[in-house]
Amino acid sequence: MGSSALIMLLVCGIGFAGAGIVISFILAKTSKNALKGEPYECGIETTGTSWIQFNVGYYLFALIFLIFDVELVFMYPWAVAAKQIGIVALIEIIFFMFVLFLGLLYAWKKGALEWK
Amino acid sequence: MSTLIIIKIIIILVIFAITLFIAMYSTYAERKIAAVMQDRIGPNRAGPWGILQPLADGGKMFFKEDFIPAFANKKLFIIAPGIAMFTALMTSAIIPWGGSITIWGQTFDLQVADVDIGILYILGVVSIGVYGIMIGGWASNNKYSLFGAVRSSSQMISYELAMGLSILAVIMTTGSLSLKDIVEAQDGGKWNVFYQPLACLLFIVCAFAECNRAPFDLAECESELIGGYHTEYGSMKLGFFLFAEYINMFISSAIISTLFFGGYNFPFMHDLGLSSNALTIVGTLVFFAKICFFIFFFMWVRWTLPRFRYDQLMHLGWKTLIPLAVFNLMLTGGIMLLRDLF
Repeated sequence: MGSSALIMLLVCGIGFAGAGIVISFILAKTSKNALKGEPYECGIETTGTSWIQFNVGYYLFALIFLIFDVELVFMYPWAVAAKQIGIVALIEIIFFMFVLFLGLLYAWKKGALEWK
Repeated sequence: MSTLIIIKIIIILVIFAITLFIAMYSTYAERKIAAVMQDRIGPNRAGPWGILQPLADGGKMFFKEDFIPAFANKKLFIIAPGIAMFTALMTSAIIPWGGSITIWGQTFDLQVADVDIGILYILGVVSIGVYGIMIGGWASNNKYSLFGAVRSSSQMISYELAMGLSILAVIMTTGSLSLKDIVEAQDGGKWNVFYQPLACLLFIVCAFAECNRAPFDLAECESELIGGYHTEYGSMKLGFFLFAEYINMFISSAIISTLFFGGYNFPFMHDLGLSSNALTIVGTLVFFAKICFFIFFFMWVRWTLPRFRYDQLMHLGWKTLIPLAVFNLMLTGGIMLLRDLF
């Protein structure tokens, strides 16, 4: 029952989002103009494309995020069963978190978390 | 079986309507609250006390020119606000809005779907929401948009870690991922905020960052990036981006109340001697009151705190919130262990 309701909601969500864009497309009038199509940059003429390489810092954070997020997902099954499986699992997960935290400390020490 | 499906469809449509209604009136509330805090009057022209203002705004959005910049990637430019809106709507699926109601001998829950993965579903859908902003900002082919989009994605993924870690502590004490079970476990005034205050604080801070709300509104800080990722957007596409933000705020408030403030539970609810149906209805109203309080809290903070600088934001996320969340997790584990032993 759960997934069928989710699929119904999915259809409703796509329908609503699609309908809004289509209706505004039908209702509103448009006019074309070469100057109007320019990217808005406070009135100054634009130089070059915007599809450029951006600051490497963003990639670094994305990489660290990926590592931690995957390890975070490992911890969810343990958290659900934490009450039943008790002390051995807890000690194991503390080791796991300790290693995880060492990784964070390493990234910290290496300056990967410094925003420049 | 067929009546159950009809009831589900009715619940879906009602939740849709309520979500949209609250998101609409959040825009009105935001302007009125801003006005009160700054000693102004706020919108007061459309209808009595300006109460029809959101409708006027929505109507205006539909009739505005549907503009696509000449150098933009057309397909992605159109799809992006749709993704933002759609993911915002999808998150409402697993929130338990109330207990169960019995009509004509049929008992059903006031919830679209009680899926087993529960809170993981929300984390997943919220992650898809990043795509709406990133695609929209990139497809605009505008430098401000790109900056806004990249900043916003980077911020959202950074705070998602601390968010996931703070939720873990609640899941440990409850032993279930299902939001319904988490609410039921808080029955009788045993709200998680009393047992997990640090997790609650961390979660609220992360929720602000995930919604791109002030003081974390770097994605669209007007004084630096014009409009951020939606600089080039207009008409209903812009409307969807703004609307999605308010829906996200509503859903975040609902999740904060569900996880930490007892959801539809309220103190002494079993001493009132109400029938189960009446209790469900009162509980739902209480739940909405809590949600409204948190929406107000979101706005209150917006007009109280100044915006972070980007490096401060990243340092707060990675060097303060994540270590604190890990510490909280260890503390919770340690206390659970001690309670087991003695």
